[in-house]
Amino acid sequence: MITLNTYLVISGIVFVLGLVTIINKKNAIGILMGVELILNSVNLNFVAFGRYVDFDIKGQIIAIFVIILAAAEAAVALAIVLNIYRNKQLIDVTKIDAMKN
Amino acid sequence: MVETAIIITLLPLLAFVIQIFFGKRLPRQGDWVSIGAILISLILSFKLFFNMIGSYDPHFLVQESFRWITLGEFNIDLGFALDSVSIIMLVVVTIVSSLVHIYSVGYMNGDPMYSRFFAYLSLFSFSMLGLVIWDNLFGIYMMWELVGLCSYLLIGFWFEKDSASDAGKKAFIVNRIGDLGFLIGILIVFSQIGSFSLSEISQSIANGTMSEGWLTAAGILLFCGAIGKSAQFPLHVWLPDAMEGPTPVSALIHAATMVAAGVYLVARISFMLTFDSMLVIAYVGGFTALFAATIAITQNDIKRVLAYSTISQLGYMIMALGVGAYAAGFFHLVTHAMFKAGLFLGSGSVIHAMHHAQHKLNIHDEDPNDIRYMGGFKEKMPKTYWTFLIFTLALSGIPFFSGFLSKDLILGGSLAFAMAHDNPIHYLLPFFGFTAAAITAFYMFRLVIRTFYGEPKRKDIHEHIHESPNTITIPLMILAALSIFIFFTLPGLNPFSASSSWYDYLVQNPVSSVSTYMGYNINPISDHTAHSAHVTAMILSIFLATFGIILSFSIYFWKKFDVEKLTERMGILYKLSYNKYYFDEIYQATFVNGLLLWNRMLDWFDSAIIDGLVNLSAWITRNFSFLSGKFDNSVIDGIVNEIANMTQDSGKHLRKIQTGQIQTYIYAALLGAVVIIIVKII
Repeated sequence: MITLNTYLVISGIVFVLGLVTIINKKNAIGILMGVELILNSVNLNFVAFGRYVDFDIKGQIIAIFVIILAAAEAAVALAIVLNIYRNKQLIDVTKIDAMKN
Repeated sequence: MVETAIIITLLPLLAFVIQIFFGKRLPRQGDWVSIGAILISLILSFKLFFNMIGSYDPHFLVQESFRWITLGEFNIDLGFALDSVSIIMLVVVTIVSSLVHIYSVGYMNGDPMYSRFFAYLSLFSFSMLGLVIWDNLFGIYMMWELVGLCSYLLIGFWFEKDSASDAGKKAFIVNRIGDLGFLIGILIVFSQIGSFSLSEISQSIANGTMSEGWLTAAGILLFCGAIGKSAQFPLHVWLPDAMEGPTPVSALIHAATMVAAGVYLVARISFMLTFDSMLVIAYVGGFTALFAATIAITQNDIKRVLAYSTISQLGYMIMALGVGAYAAGFFHLVTHAMFKAGLFLGSGSVIHAMHHAQHKLNIHDEDPNDIRYMGGFKEKMPKTYWTFLIFTLALSGIPFFSGFLSKDLILGGSLAFAMAHDNPIHYLLPFFGFTAAAITAFYMFRLVIRTFYGEPKRKDIHEHIHESPNTITIPLMILAALSIFIFFTLPGLNPFSASSSWYDYLVQNPVSSVSTYMGYNINPISDHTAHSAHVTAMILSIFLATFGIILSFSIYFWKKFDVEKLTERMGILYKLSYNKYYFDEIYQATFVNGLLLWNRMLDWFDSAIIDGLVNLSAWITRNFSFLSGKFDNSVIDGIVNEIANMTQDSGKHLRKIQTGQIQTYIYAALLGAVVIIIVKII
């Protein structure tokens, strides 16, 4: 029997994976992937809560919004990362500190 | 009529303005501007005079006033008035002034400040004429100060000489003392009555606005102005020194007109004199008459003799006003103006001649005024001699000359006063008068004999003495003619009495407002007393004058007595008189040095105490500021700096948290979230 908890546990696992990826990865692309993971875990939550708690379509609509947002975010972020790489030949976020001080 | 009088006054002012600004650039340095102005004034004054004679009314009075200040309900009116006294004064001033102007053309010829001299003469004429036509104390005071200024300017005219500039300052400062009294007197009258106008003051005094004490105080204080201006004892010291000025100035200002302004003032305010103030005035005048005459005996400077004579004659006039012989005093002012101006101009003629003679002989260290270098000028300067003799006879009070008429009236008045009041002490006044009359005759003939008679003391100078030019001698002759009795007795022809003259009719004693207020006549002199006093005075004064003249001749001309021995026998008296009773020295020792000492004390007080206090407060402020600065620097700034340092330090440490690594932040946020969750769960 697949219950809400199942979804929430999976979503939590995905969230933690994303969080760990963000914290540990030095690679900008990796961090972006972590962000995608977190967004998707949130999406899973929205849809699950929409199905089990609200009995309505709102959760799914927000999930679609989040997907669109994630796509836009990924496009912009990848463009930035690509440009940084083109200028500095690196994608290690700890080394990108031109705006420090 | 008032307009004419104002034009008479303003013409010399116009001349002054033209002279002072353009005088040097005009042809003849513009002397004709001043002379023209004063001559037109003279003609207009004569017109007024004959108008007055034509109406022949002793109560003749024209007044005009205008509003000067309006402050809400409070108004001050100023005005002009013409009565017989002021018109006669206008004529006297313009006659003497015109003649002096003409005389100055010859006398001041070649002086580097020729045009300025005429400018000052014009300014003086303006102020003196203005003084005469105002009918209020304020206007009189204003003009009074202006004539004082002119006197100062003209005494110190040759200011490059120290003695002249000192004399100018002395005259000004001594006059200030009297003028202060005058000003206080005016303020008393104004505060009590609220008007400057003499006619209004007269009315309100008659209505009893002022108490007798205030009236006496005001009268004496106003008289103080006259003491200064008319050089009465004890402020007489400036007039002899004023002789440092050019001789025409001495004639115009210090003999005929300005010094008579004091007499004029007392005459103007005589309606408000109480018996006490009249006594003060009479005694000051009488004493001055005798006192100055005794000094004149021993002076050797021809102008100084005349100066002391002027003081003495002014004393006569003042005494006459004091004893209530108002018309007599003013009469003497008029006659004296003519012959004393003449005497000064005559002495100027002699000095002029002496100066030229000394100049030719290259003598520069001798005083041309000194009668010890003169003698025997009679033949050399006949015109000057004869006119001088006429003036001397007039001054000595010899019948057939104007001086006799007026002096006789004064002596008669003082005698009548003594007879009318029981107090025997008042016989001092006629005593002063008669003694001074004898002395006057004596010293005047001493002067004439020393100057014109006898052997010349200095042959070399005598040879170079010449008669002065016409511009000098013609004014002398005119003045000599005006010293003849006939002008003052018309239409009567009695040389011994002016009782039927135009003057006697037109100038009458003013009604005393004080008598009206008190309800009885404060100075009653019956016609009988006046008449008997007059006859006695006439006989006695002729006798005394003759005695003085004979004494003078026997000492100085016939040499019956040895002058040297006489002076030796007189000893201390001679010394006192020769040194003017040491008044200058006494004033120097007491007032001048006292003032200087006082000034030094004040200076010490200033520099020690006041400066000390100022310095102390400055020191305190400085030290307090120093401390306050220290407090600011250490405590206030310390706190501020500490706060800043703390902020900086904490920033320095805290910035380490701000790594810029988002991952670190997320760690922190995660940790925070975990902590919150744990706390929540617990």
